[in-house]
Amino acid sequence: MACATRLIRTVSPMTNSSPLLSVRNLKTYFNLDEGVVKAVDGVSFDVYPGQVLGIVGESGCGKSVTIKSVLRIVEKPGEIVGGEINFRSGDASDQGLIDLTRLDARGKRMRSIRGGEIALIPQEPMAAFSPVHTVGNQLIEAILLHQPVSKQEARRIAIDRLREVGVPSPEERIDAYSWELSGGLRQRVMIAMALSCHPKLLIADEPTTAIDVTTQAQVLNLLRALQQQLNTAIIFITHDLGVIAQIADHVVIMYLGRVMETGPVDDIFHRPKHPYTKALLQSIPSVQAQARTPLPTIAGTIPHPFNRPTGCAFHPRCPDVIAGACDRHIPALHPVNDPQPVSCFLYHDIVDEEVAVR
Amino acid sequence: MNSNAPNGQVLLDVKHLQKYFPIKKGFFKRVVGHVRAVDDVSFDIKAGETLGLVGESGCGKTTIARCILRALKPTGGQVLFRTEADRLVDMATLPGEDLRPLRREMQMIFQDPFASLNPRMNLLDIVGEPLLVNGMKDRRRRTDRVAEVLGLVGLRPEYMRRFPHAFSGGQRQRIVIARALALNPRLIVADEPVSALDVSVQAQVLNLMLELQQRLHLTYLFVAHDLSVVKHIADRVAVMYVGKIAEIAPTPDLFGAPKHPYTAALLSAVPVADPRVRSTQPPLSGDVPSPANPPSGCYFHPRCPHVIDRCRTETPALEETSPGHYVSCHRAHELVLPGIGELPAADLGD
Repeated sequence: MACATRLIRTVSPMTNSSPLLSVRNLKTYFNLDEGVVKAVDGVSFDVYPGQVLGIVGESGCGKSVTIKSVLRIVEKPGEIVGGEINFRSGDASDQGLIDLTRLDARGKRMRSIRGGEIALIPQEPMAAFSPVHTVGNQLIEAILLHQPVSKQEARRIAIDRLREVGVPSPEERIDAYSWELSGGLRQRVMIAMALSCHPKLLIADEPTTAIDVTTQAQVLNLLRALQQQLNTAIIFITHDLGVIAQIADHVVIMYLGRVMETGPVDDIFHRPKHPYTKALLQSIPSVQAQARTPLPTIAGTIPHPFNRPTGCAFHPRCPDVIAGACDRHIPALHPVNDPQPVSCFLYHDIVDEEVAVR
Repeated sequence: MNSNAPNGQVLLDVKHLQKYFPIKKGFFKRVVGHVRAVDDVSFDIKAGETLGLVGESGCGKTTIARCILRALKPTGGQVLFRTEADRLVDMATLPGEDLRPLRREMQMIFQDPFASLNPRMNLLDIVGEPLLVNGMKDRRRRTDRVAEVLGLVGLRPEYMRRFPHAFSGGQRQRIVIARALALNPRLIVADEPVSALDVSVQAQVLNLMLELQQRLHLTYLFVAHDLSVVKHIADRVAVMYVGKIAEIAPTPDLFGAPKHPYTAALLSAVPVADPRVRSTQPPLSGDVPSPANPPSGCYFHPRCPHVIDRCRTETPALEETSPGHYVSCHRAHELVLPGIGELPAADLGD
């Protein structure tokens, strides 16, 4: 591509610093009449300050439930049944690690973290805004909730934030309703709202899925610029591997509630280890492919959550399945000290799951 | 290219198609303007080929699809369709009773397989309904035909007593395809058939459509917003912008050497699934204008990086710049725009 250049990747950002968010063996289950849906079943990952972590997976892989668990907004009958979500709250002191799973989801502490220190950009900006309040009112409300400022002050901050995200004439747009704005502008206002309280961690849940490609490119550029400017950590959830390749530093690949593989973005795309990652990369349609060529496919379909296969969830579709191992034992994320651990018996022996988590 | 087409005859010829939707205001519902959803669009599709129709939301691609099937009555222009009896008919003006026998020759595949299948009907009823409507009253023959088309799309015939809820997204889209195939149509209009599906399933459905085309001599109009999907299936691609066609060309030409600045911008905005190729070029600024109030001259001029004075006043016509490559841009002959190179095969490993 003529318009693109090769960029040297910033190697594993801030290796000396401790993680901002550290999720360990998180399990979020839904107890339904038909049975238990293990939406998130032992997920572990770290987010470092200033890092963009991409979580990739197809529908039903548990990526949205993972971030809902982090924000503690999992709806009933969903419930966090195990694991830890350690977040470095408050000032820079490393002692400030708190386990979000132990907080009251409706309590004061959690409410000040949610929206203040951890902000969310939801998928569908049209559905996320109230159509009967101006976007300015909604922005100001968020600022007043988390910052000790007057209404006039909050309005001024809101206009500044809108200007930062590139909304033209923010003094007028602040009094617009969400339905008066175009899709791209609406998503920009959403980003302004998420950034209004200077969060340490921004969670973007498929922020570009509902918008067109040229607008998507604008939003991705904006997020990248803001991230470099403010040094905010971002968890970027998407099913689009192209978007992940363009924005993420580190990638987590999920399938049916478990982490299949995780590693630096370059390794995931150029040296994938897990058979699922490999198959996923091969099966995406590419603009660089030759015209009218059939794609390699992954056989079968994603299993229904009630019909979860025994052993490794991917084994019925896996081309490299090892009989007797993959269908009986659940592989843990291994090797532990590797920058690119995988959960696959091709790379390690059967080990006791509980030991393997850390 | 698909060469087994019946001597490459033009199957569908769309000429100067227009579809305006009136904007009504006030108590008397006075017409105060028109949304020009489709504004003077011409293209043709040859038998056995796939024409990809791409564009961003609101550009009129779905409206074109619906006008071709006469789900909407066009405001103006012609939709000439060559029937099985080798007769050219104008779908745009044909009265209702003459239209019905033609309906079986063109079928539609819809975007969202969760919305386009009736949850209260089993597969036999869903796939068999077009057969029943078209006079196949004998239940046993209908069952046989349903079993046959289910086999074609890779579903087991035993499934025919099941209801849609028992199937995953990819399987549901196969059911939608089976329903479209039941009557042996010649033209299939597919409106974003894979955009509601997961990536691993998307590839299966695309491959199925390619395979069915070869086996059954189908002709596709493939409407999509995803350029990478279109690249895998289309012989030729038409790019639309605000109700007009910006560029039509054979797929390799359009991706390799686009002539319209909008096509080039669209191509460069597609995120490449390779972290080593990160786009550094600023994306296209601004938003897509409203088709109710389009800009003067070329509709793309307020966002175009190559704009000249003539673009602001004069609307460019669709002109053939090289054989089969049509562009509507005043500067099509002088501009050299970046395209996208082709990779030899899936690049895995180093």
